[in-house]
Amino acid sequence: MQSKKQQKLVGQLLVNGILLLICIAWTVPTLGLLVSSIRDREDIQSSGWWTIIPHRGWVQVSELPIPENASVDSEITIEGVTATYDEFRAGVDTGDGRQFVWIGNLRNGHIQVKDRQWTAGSNFTLENYGQVLVGKEYTIRNADGSTSTVQGDDLSASFLNSLTVTVPATVIPILIAAFAAYGFAWMKFPGRRILFIIVVALLVVPLQIALIPILRDYVKLNLNGTFLAIWLAHTGFGLPLATYLLYNYISTIPRDILESAFIDGASHFTIFTRLILPLSVPALASFAIFQFLWVWNDYLVALIFLGVTSGNVQVLTQRIAGMVGSRGADWHLLTAAAFISMVVPLVVFFSLQRYFVRGLMAGSVKG
Amino acid sequence: MQQTDIQEKRRTTPLEWVAANIGRILISVLVPVVTFLGLRAGFLFLRDSDAPQLIIAIVAIIWGVGGVAALYWVFNWVLELLPDEWKAQLQPFLFVGPAMAILTWYLALPTVRTFWLSLRSADSSQFVGFQNYIATFTQRIMLEAYRNNALWMIVGTSFTVSLGLLIAVLADRSNFENVAKAVIFLPMAISMVGAGVIWRFVYDVDPHIGLLNAIVTALGGEPQAWITLVQPWNNLLLTVIVIWLQTGYAMVLFSAAIKGVPDDLLEAARVDGATETQTFFRIIIPYIQGTIITVTTTVVIFTLKIFDVVMVTTGGQFGTEVIGVRFYREFFNNQNFGYGSAIAIVLLIAVIPVMIYNLIQFSKQEVF
Repeated sequence: MQSKKQQKLVGQLLVNGILLLICIAWTVPTLGLLVSSIRDREDIQSSGWWTIIPHRGWVQVSELPIPENASVDSEITIEGVTATYDEFRAGVDTGDGRQFVWIGNLRNGHIQVKDRQWTAGSNFTLENYGQVLVGKEYTIRNADGSTSTVQGDDLSASFLNSLTVTVPATVIPILIAAFAAYGFAWMKFPGRRILFIIVVALLVVPLQIALIPILRDYVKLNLNGTFLAIWLAHTGFGLPLATYLLYNYISTIPRDILESAFIDGASHFTIFTRLILPLSVPALASFAIFQFLWVWNDYLVALIFLGVTSGNVQVLTQRIAGMVGSRGADWHLLTAAAFISMVVPLVVFFSLQRYFVRGLMAGSVKG
Repeated sequence: MQQTDIQEKRRTTPLEWVAANIGRILISVLVPVVTFLGLRAGFLFLRDSDAPQLIIAIVAIIWGVGGVAALYWVFNWVLELLPDEWKAQLQPFLFVGPAMAILTWYLALPTVRTFWLSLRSADSSQFVGFQNYIATFTQRIMLEAYRNNALWMIVGTSFTVSLGLLIAVLADRSNFENVAKAVIFLPMAISMVGAGVIWRFVYDVDPHIGLLNAIVTALGGEPQAWITLVQPWNNLLLTVIVIWLQTGYAMVLFSAAIKGVPDDLLEAARVDGATETQTFFRIIIPYIQGTIITVTTTVVIFTLKIFDVVMVTTGGQFGTEVIGVRFYREFFNNQNFGYGSAIAIVLLIAVIPVMIYNLIQFSKQEVF
């Protein structure tokens, strides 16, 4: 009996332990981004984000002036420690538990004296966010010790563009799909079954199939690069799933509710707007989250229909992908920008998680 | 009451009816025209105006959402003016029509049009037969893309499904189920572009930035350029990013399915002396089979169309080419519409089994 109880306890510990490890592994990448986004530009480049965890490391305790007449070619002696300039730049252990590091260049710099101590990076700043959100300037120290000023990145425009693309691209397909779902569920008309079979068949069609013909249509209609173009594209690609999900929900609403409304003389339109829409809120919400996250995080459709070069309608994903290419070394900007792009979906996701999960369960595959 | 109305109408000639209802007809033409002009004005403002960004954003959202609602309302209003028997005939078109029109324009017709383009030359001027298809199956870079996509589908799907299942089972028995699920699920809300940036802090070559290289150097190794030079393993490292993104989805579905296994079934197995492993493989797995199929097909299709992750990390270079990136390059960068279309058709053919499966499942439903 005793051993069985022990066995159970060990099993429980094992389950919780393994799960905890997996959870930590899952969080570490995101944590790395979040921590880096509030670290100073130079800190990011000189030490890993994980140094904010308390650890034994070299900490500066004092400063020494550089010796005069030092040269790159010969060895230099500082307080009895002899090494070349390059070795000092990389850091030289003195043998008594200290380290000398040459900061700056040969003529114009100083020596950092470091001790091994318990330490944790705690130099946090929100500057990075200012620099990416409103394009504030920031200064960088060049290799030769001089400083220069660089313009930050103005992401607020892309942020607004993302909102302008996403909100209608979420609401429009829901509205159209809800009308269609009502029609399929509560109206009799010729071709009803075959039309719905088309909807089901289109569920998994990859959207790549549509990009070339639609782009041609847009060029002809002079629609390319407009918000209307990308709303309609997202509407088209989201409609099969939306119609399918909403049909599944609306068709289960009890028939007697509608029949009594008909007897009272209500039209289909009135029943739909006054009765069915309010009753379908859970289904509408679960698809809304789906579509919202999908459109907000979309990169391909935006790239094709909003264009690569036209800066004034670029959405966040385009801007960030562009920054990865052009400002790959500006980690402080990249991290803050990436985190800004994640804030909205994370808020939506956590506040409406319940509906999201429900949508996933009812859902199928999007094309 | 209604009947006498109809009888009266029969006695009047169409001309007289038009004459009697001229005001009504004019209004019912005027209202849609005014609506259309209003929407057009909004469109032109949005396309050409230099107003502050915030104002454009607000106008666009109101115009877009309100415009669609207004269209439905106006058309219904016109419909309500018509005689009853017309109304009954036309109303289904008002409800289902717009959705079907958009689906036809954006998905159904493009399938045919893309196929047509795939049989033509780069600028679509000449008919070339199946030449583009021959190229898609013989070009070295395409073969590399197929190989990588196969890798994505096999490795990505198997890990996503099995990890999702493992986590669902563990979470079900742990003391912090909800927290664990939220943590695993969270990457679902992150864009693949964002994920590309996040994972640079794992894979970067600089040991001050990349966690993996920090570990390697701490253990005495040399830092590696993981996603560029370590071929062909870099493909697997990119797959890890998508496994990280998608496992939450698999887990949520499996978790719900496992909770649906009846308790007395599990109890009966335990009474018969089945071990935990036996119960899992003999009872739980067969019971949640349907969910496993759903999750697997979803992830297979997802990895088949993989684009963003590869695009922002390597751009398809360093031996990481995939079909999705190939399509984009041919169509958008090279403007080779014939070849691009052929690649899109290959993608479509690859999902046809799933489409047929969906249709069979649907025809089994008796409700419709």
